[in-house]
Amino acid sequence: MEPTFTDKILNSSTLAKRIIPCLDVKDGRTVKGVNFINLRDAGDPVELAWQYSQQCADELVFLDISATNEGRKTTLDLVKAVAEQINIPFTIGGGISEIADADALLNAGADKISINSAAVRNPDLIKQLADAFGKQFVVVAVDTRFIDGQNYVHLNGGRLKTDWETFKWVKRAEELGAGEILLTSMDYDGTKNGFDCDLLSEINLNLTIPLIASGGAGNMQHFTDVFQKANVDAALAASVFHYGEISIPDLKKELKRNGICTR
Amino acid sequence: MKKHSSIGIVNYGAGNIFSLTAALKRQGLRYGMVNRPEELDNYDRIIIPGVGHAAKAMGKLKASGMIDSILQLKKPVLGICLGMQLLTDYSEEGNVDLLKLIPLRTLNFEGRIDLKVPHMGWNTIKQVNESELMKGIPQETYFYFVHSFYIEYNPKFTVASCNYGISFSAIVQNNNFYGVQFHPEKSGDAGELILKNFSTI
Repeated sequence: MEPTFTDKILNSSTLAKRIIPCLDVKDGRTVKGVNFINLRDAGDPVELAWQYSQQCADELVFLDISATNEGRKTTLDLVKAVAEQINIPFTIGGGISEIADADALLNAGADKISINSAAVRNPDLIKQLADAFGKQFVVVAVDTRFIDGQNYVHLNGGRLKTDWETFKWVKRAEELGAGEILLTSMDYDGTKNGFDCDLLSEINLNLTIPLIASGGAGNMQHFTDVFQKANVDAALAASVFHYGEISIPDLKKELKRNGICTR
Repeated sequence: MKKHSSIGIVNYGAGNIFSLTAALKRQGLRYGMVNRPEELDNYDRIIIPGVGHAAKAMGKLKASGMIDSILQLKKPVLGICLGMQLLTDYSEEGNVDLLKLIPLRTLNFEGRIDLKVPHMGWNTIKQVNESELMKGIPQETYFYFVHSFYIEYNPKFTVASCNYGISFSAIVQNNNFYGVQFHPEKSGDAGELILKNFSTI
């Protein structure tokens, strides 16, 4: 007998919703404050990554904000150190503009790379990367802002508006071979007022690849909301985790209590 | 206590093995690369890794000249992810005949389930047959999966199943040939235990 749609939804419920801490790294060190107890060196990304893996984070994202080639080389060493010591998957983003960059990161042990500006400037890069390394390796990060009744893709951390309407760009990225979309709402980022559930929900309905929500996490209820209202596959946050405002084990317990499947 | 053995990793150019070797190192397991057929003799366990496209990977394995020797192996062999799929009869990814060491088919999720593909993230597995690979792993343990094709469920060869819209093989075994669909090197402590178990089979 063919399974019904409800059966399929129920059957799928063992795939856990992912919680992803995001770390900004510059010249191989984490920047932005971290406020963890029992941390010998708060700037050491490997130690932080290890702490998060012990707290049952499902994945990690490292965002490389180094401005110089020297800084990027140092980041490559960091990627190796993380891959050597951490037993959960991680993504690295920032400054990837060609196949060679991605190849170096793959060989250093990165599970996925995240591309943003370079993909908007050269959409074919998504296809090239997917062909070369498989689409599961390619995360397309999209920064979006609401202007005059429309959502527009922005570059340079939200400072530069493009002509791409966000829904169109996300679909285009998917067609070109993106394996996952990491969507940051600039209007919500940093507010701690919760994720942009309406936008995420609308985008998610039209996607056939996983969607990671980013921007706006302030408390545990916000995570419950984004999983229940937008049904995203993962939620990413930085400061609420780094400053210990939300502990990942507590968050997972809370999500479970609300009927959301977590590891 | 059995002495830990040495593991040969089949190096045929399909996928990144940095994380796998790192995980073996963390477990204190000795390993080396197998680049030519005769090097298979240097180890008492073999891992076939793999990321990418089945037909292309099979092409690379053929080009490496190692297929005949792999088919003859009597020592424990572990295929990981695409490396596991290569052990089966056939894959819909590129419609390619494979090693036929485990008489199952590798099928496409697309067109069969109404869920997002790739199946990406942490999912539980359910043990359905005894295997030394599962020693110390409780039911419903989470492992990290990333794949768009899957090996069909079979009551005889499936050691543990996973459910993603459909039940499929998370772990398979046929005699000395083992396969895991998830990435043990990325699956936390449970994944590392699978590698450790393999080293003492």
